[in-house]
Amino acid sequence: MSGRVLAGRIVTALAVSFLLVLLVLPVLALVLRAPVSDIVDRLSEPLVLAAIRLSLETSLCAAALATVLGLPVAYLLATREFRGKHVLEAIIALPMVLPPTVAGVGLLLAFGRAGLAGRALGVFGLSIPFTTTAVVLAEAFIAAPFFIGAAAAGFREVESRYMDAAATLRAAPVTAFVRVLLPLAAPSVLAGATMCWARAIGEFGATITFAGNLPGVTQTMPLAVYVALQTDLDAAIALSVLLVLVSLTILVAVRAFPFGPAALRGQRRAG
Amino acid sequence: MLKRCWAGLLVAAAAGIPISLCAQQQPVELTVFAAASLKDAFTEAAEVLAQRTPPISVRYSFGGSQQLVLQLEQGASADVFASADQRWMQVARDTGLIAGDPAIFARNRLVVITPASNPGRIDRLEDLGKRGLKLVLGAEAVPVGKYSREALNRLNRAPGFGSSYSRRVLGSVVSEEENVKAVVSKIQLGEADGGIVYVSDVTPSVRKAVRTIEIPDPYNVVATYPIAVLKRSDQSAAAQQFIQFITSAEGQALLARHGFLPAETAMSPSPAGPPR
Repeated sequence: MSGRVLAGRIVTALAVSFLLVLLVLPVLALVLRAPVSDIVDRLSEPLVLAAIRLSLETSLCAAALATVLGLPVAYLLATREFRGKHVLEAIIALPMVLPPTVAGVGLLLAFGRAGLAGRALGVFGLSIPFTTTAVVLAEAFIAAPFFIGAAAAGFREVESRYMDAAATLRAAPVTAFVRVLLPLAAPSVLAGATMCWARAIGEFGATITFAGNLPGVTQTMPLAVYVALQTDLDAAIALSVLLVLVSLTILVAVRAFPFGPAALRGQRRAG
Repeated sequence: MLKRCWAGLLVAAAAGIPISLCAQQQPVELTVFAAASLKDAFTEAAEVLAQRTPPISVRYSFGGSQQLVLQLEQGASADVFASADQRWMQVARDTGLIAGDPAIFARNRLVVITPASNPGRIDRLEDLGKRGLKLVLGAEAVPVGKYSREALNRLNRAPGFGSSYSRRVLGSVVSEEENVKAVVSKIQLGEADGGIVYVSDVTPSVRKAVRTIEIPDPYNVVATYPIAVLKRSDQSAAAQQFIQFITSAEGQALLARHGFLPAETAMSPSPAGPPR
């Protein structure tokens, strides 16, 4: 083995071990510090249960919203070329890199009572901030790019001849989309929706800024962890462990099930 | 073997170099953990101290007192802790974070604020008990949240308020914020109809966007601000200097300009007793 190869291996090994320590140690520490004996009691406290229920409801709604509104956008990005497409892609990806608190302030200034669109909604007696709807919007805002990115990638992988064949058979574009493209890209679409859901469950900054913090109404699991951290450390750790387990399960599921573009080739033959 | 050497070098590079640089620096740099309500006043204090000879440069971490104590408990390094209530200073003392006895350096009072446009039509304290309002308070763990609930309980006994007053007000709370400045910003943005903050939070820039409603003395709660040197501080002399400045006549005048009451105040404790 030459010196250069050895050095390369050492650098790689070091990088991998440092990264593993950085990524794994915090999770491990949480699990080790978990109040094992009374974790069930901790998690069945009414306020904690309310947070868990709220998190499930809002994140599922947010994922559904992002999926319904995101599908046409993903289709557009995957199949059409138009002026300003890069700008649109950048705007859609922005919530992934934006500090969520900034997103929250933006949401307030847009959909808040005194906000740009919020003032118009107020005419109809609608007020979004501090409601469960606000939680769903905040989560959808942050999580939608995860869906759109995955779905667009899925659509791009479907060879154009399938859509061409559908067009030759005089299928309307909508029919072709629903009957041909969507089933072929289904694994990616599902994977995207699941990732979007997982991100929505973890949302914190935009939620606390835009929706506030009220148990049972806007206090999702991440907010409950933050609040409990200051009064009841064990409850905070119990909730954190639960969040880690839920997120990890989702991530493992996305990889284990035949989701994603890699599984697409096998499906095509069957379809 | 080689791996270990590399790791050792990396650690030395990461940890050692900054330490040696710090040690050579002459001007003192203090880290002060302070309650969010102190932000404007303490920021000005830092400007004054930077002009002194020798200059003391102060770095702040502002936040809810409860959050700061948690960070200190988990090993955050700082020289001075200034809390917005005795409770969290006591927690810090109980966990062995504090060196010596804390000094009381300021007091603060509560005030109700509404957006300047007053969308909830809140003109008197009684109006806070109306149905359908959107009110924002500090969370119970945050000093201002605890004081606010205490003041509301006292108002139950005020003539014309009714014993269900505090319950009605708390029923209209739409968000429990993590520090007092978050309450201020939600009102400033006009998103909530009213909230309870410290008098000192109504700074000149905030004053333009809000209206204030006074809480009369017998029902108001006096927030007490203790300050102390942290045991972990390795520059306790400079930390003492900072505290001396804050408690000096000059420091007290500065705090007064920002709406704080002096450390020694004649306001009588109310029938409900002093805040714990």
